[in-house]
Amino acid sequence: MKVTMTVNGRARTFDVEPNRLLLNLLREDLDLTGAKYGCGMGECGACTVLLDGEPVMACMTLAVDCEGATIETVEGLSSGEALHPIQEAFIEEGAVQCGFCTPGFIMATKALLGESPEPTEPEIREYLKGNICRCTGYVNIVKAVQRAAEALR
Amino acid sequence: MSAINRQNTHIIPVDFQYHQPETVGEAVKLLEAHPDAKPIAGGTDLVPKMKQRLLEPGHLVNLKRIRELQGVEDRGGEVYIGAATKLRAVERSETVQRRLPLLYSCVRSIGSVQIRNMGTLGGNVCNASPAADGALGLVALDATVQVAGPGGTRTVKAGDFFAGPGKTVLGRGELVTGFTVPVPGPDVGTCFISVGRTALDISTISIAVALRMKGGAVQEARVALGSVAPTPLRLPEVENWLKGRELDEATVREAAGMVSGGIKPITDIRGTAEYRREAARGMAMEALTRAGGLEGRSQG
Ligand SMILES: Cc1cc2nc3c(=O)[nH]c(=O)nc-3n(C[C@H](O)[C@H](O)[C@H](O)COP(=O)(O)OP(=O)(O)OC[C@H]3O[C@@H](n4cnc5c(N)ncnc54)[C@H](O)[C@@H]3O)c2cc1C
Ligand code: FES
Ligand code: FES
Repeated sequence: MKVTMTVNGRARTFDVEPNRLLLNLLREDLDLTGAKYGCGMGECGACTVLLDGEPVMACMTLAVDCEGATIETVEGLSSGEALHPIQEAFIEEGAVQCGFCTPGFIMATKALLGESPEPTEPEIREYLKGNICRCTGYVNIVKAVQRAAEALR
Repeated sequence: MSAINRQNTHIIPVDFQYHQPETVGEAVKLLEAHPDAKPIAGGTDLVPKMKQRLLEPGHLVNLKRIRELQGVEDRGGEVYIGAATKLRAVERSETVQRRLPLLYSCVRSIGSVQIRNMGTLGGNVCNASPAADGALGLVALDATVQVAGPGGTRTVKAGDFFAGPGKTVLGRGELVTGFTVPVPGPDVGTCFISVGRTALDISTISIAVALRMKGGAVQEARVALGSVAPTPLRLPEVENWLKGRELDEATVREAAGMVSGGIKPITDIRGTAEYRREAARGMAMEALTRAGGLEGRSQG
């Protein structure tokens, strides 16, 4: 089936099987390997991308369902060598260790700060509860979100 | 298909035809024409099942492009919610927040932001899990399920919609179009509590209570529990017993005992039957106390 979507600002048309998942389309057809395959079952958030501005799990999204949609992945955040303030904040606060969860957290954070520019810690933890990190213990991630919020205000 | 792809959460190891109807009528025709068709809304229940080959539908009928299935509408005495309305949209609706705080709490407790951006209220109900939080809220609020099918439309009470785990009363070619939820009056207090293993896990046990009060006495009660029976469970014996009674600590304790004795829990990986009976007692005490306004104000 033909499907057209905008990925990181560029219109793209694909011919896909109905059972093709958005995550595999991004990673395999577009080489956008930022979004990760963690669990494939909606539980870890490593595959989080923004669909029309809202965080969703690409591992459970059918590509054919993205007709007309706008998709943002972590690759779309930086301009050239200049990182996005959220990316900077994650580095500054040591919120990245192995980095596997980071693209998912960063995209979820982007949506959070779009909705709520000054989130409290409980709000941050609640919003990011669909994202699992096995390394950092979350404390630095929360700090990074707060730092990014300040930078973006 | 190679053996490794028989079961694989990396892909959907099932081939199907995909249909994108724009009206309920078209969707019904497609479902009727293909006995192995399934509706798909957010896919958050369906896709994991297909990845595990628990379901292998030959056709998927996408409901998200059908405009009549979308949205929340304030109709005065009741609120109408389209079946394919995203859980996030339900949660963000001011009408739901203000007029149906119980449903708001139930929906807010589902999964994560990502899950609620994908999943729909209709999917939560039609998946027919005894743990479904949105379904529990609709049962406790005595909502009506609107059904469309080859024979026209019909309505079913939310409490009568479930036939067992994963089973509903929907017949061939039928789908749910929406829910009408009566708005509780200002004299009704409500409370929803759920207990789970971890942040994202489905509820091990949950309870939703609505109490219509006059003075300190219960005029009408609704008590519904999740994950304690094959379907979301209402407890009419407890509801009838509460009716007309002065709500004090002793009444709450006795009613909570009846809740604990009235449920039919099983032991599974999320908890034992004994644990669920004890948890139900404590949760019922708290929910009745809060819904009845015995401590502070009632909340959703
Ligand atoms: C990680 C994770 C966490 C979750 N946590 C929770 C939780 O805390 N609480 C909870 O209640 N649920 C939870 N869920 C389950 C699920 O997300 C919800 O039940 C959601 O509301 C399902 O909606 P959907 O639109 O995605 O359904 P789908 O997967 O699209 O559909 C579910 C079923 O209903 C059928 N269907 C859908 N819409 C209709 C309709 N209008 N008419 C007839 N049949 C229809 C489909 O054919 C399918 O059989 C979780 C799921 C995941 C993956
Ligand atoms: S890979 Fe999508 S949620 Fe884990
Ligand atoms: S940094 Fe390793 S999982 Fe989060």
